[in-house]
Amino acid sequence: MRIFGLNRKIIRVLLGTEYAHMLEYRAEIALWALSGVLPFIMLSLWNGSDARDALGMDGVGLDRYFLSAFLVRQFSVVWMIYAFEEDALTGRLSPYLLQPLHPLWRYVASHLGEQLTRLPFAAVITAIFFLIQPNAFWLPSLGHFVLAWLATWMAFSIAFLLQSLIASLCFWSEKASALERLLFIPFLFLSGLLAPLSAFPPFVRTLAQWTPFPYLIDFPARVLAEQPVNLLVGFAIQLAWIVLLLPLVLLLWRAGVRRYSAMGA
Amino acid sequence: MASQLEYQLNVVIELVAVGLSLLGSLFMLSLFFGPGRALGGWSWHEALIVQGFYTVLDGMASTWLRPNLSSIVTHVREGTLDFILLKPIDSQFWLSLRTISPAGLPEIVLGLLLVIWGGQQAGASLSPGGFAVVLLMLLAGGLILYSLWFLIAATSIWFVKTWNATEVLRAVLASGRYPVAAYPAPLRLLFTLVIPVAFLTTVPAEVVLGRANAPTLWLGLGLAVGFFIAARQFWLYALRHYTSASS
Repeated sequence: MRIFGLNRKIIRVLLGTEYAHMLEYRAEIALWALSGVLPFIMLSLWNGSDARDALGMDGVGLDRYFLSAFLVRQFSVVWMIYAFEEDALTGRLSPYLLQPLHPLWRYVASHLGEQLTRLPFAAVITAIFFLIQPNAFWLPSLGHFVLAWLATWMAFSIAFLLQSLIASLCFWSEKASALERLLFIPFLFLSGLLAPLSAFPPFVRTLAQWTPFPYLIDFPARVLAEQPVNLLVGFAIQLAWIVLLLPLVLLLWRAGVRRYSAMGA
Repeated sequence: MASQLEYQLNVVIELVAVGLSLLGSLFMLSLFFGPGRALGGWSWHEALIVQGFYTVLDGMASTWLRPNLSSIVTHVREGTLDFILLKPIDSQFWLSLRTISPAGLPEIVLGLLLVIWGGQQAGASLSPGGFAVVLLMLLAGGLILYSLWFLIAATSIWFVKTWNATEVLRAVLASGRYPVAAYPAPLRLLFTLVIPVAFLTTVPAEVVLGRANAPTLWLGLGLAVGFFIAARQFWLYALRHYTSASS
């Protein structure tokens, strides 16, 4: 029985091969994990600044928030547009389109494989963080951990759908990844990666909450750091973004494939 | 340059991206300030100078460093480095100054405007001599940035793919958006001596404000020369290990 073109065997094979594939690139993935140090740089700035008190996070709360933001980012980072653009330009996409499996699943599987490869590196960086800041050590309760995991996966899904939406535009313009830059900038500043949303002036915070970005980092990070947060509203909005984006992506993808003429046509 | 200007839409997107990015950075910086608040002893207008120099250097990286040094990786992977080594011109010189992309020019202009505006608001008055020192320190900063970047790009002789290593460098360089005094002591040491981010943005800003001291300036110049020699030696060392595409 297949649901969305998937059954258990296909899932197992896809994940297995993609994980093996990503293991080959573990040195690169380690460097990639390391390039996510930005939250720690911001943490050291916030800790020494006069504006720290206005954040509404006590003592180790801020340490935990930024560590959580780092971890959430590690496991929700999406790069499918670059892989997709290369596949589209080199013509590798054509055989994928002929298979009875939606090509987007292939990219989902390779992201999951990459996340699994990244896990030990993220764990090492976390351990180093706790060695430097032993006060900040905490183990989230099982409930919080599961919820944070779920929220991170929802964040990953939103980010993946957003990028797929732009990637679908590759069918019309060959340089759609330039648009991805435009998406990344508001993400960087509004997601909570550089500063918790509580640092924003009320007007900007309200504005940000109408975009998907705070639900990509700020919300999952707060769940993981056990900060007070409205779980029901957070998950509902995450779900709403997925429900909104999914049909859009599928529609645009289908229109794009119809337009797609591969090389030489 | 013509090949870059061909994508007109990309130019528009680039301009929007630069504007948005600067707006976002200024917003982020403004979060640290408020009535009676300072960041590591720097006022809002003074911190703007640091931010401005960061923007200038970032623009310089997109105009000069990124297009040139990322091609080293391509040359190594595709084996075309052999052709460059055979040219009767120094390979490092050729690889470093082959092309210029206009992508970073708006950033350089915006950054300079920010420096001038921040300087005026902070009440800095610059003599011609001071101006020369600013230029010199900016040059030293550019040299340090170039050497760091080149060192990493040169490792592609062994590892072929160094794209991710440059990403790590970029992530660390982002710390130069803020005055180095705002960081805790261990990081300040790291950013002064190991990865001298301090000399890229904070020190030129200090010169503008007229509060730089001579030892710091000499240290900056020394580090710039040191890093450049290191990059040069490393390149020569790497070339001795280069085995070309087929052997």
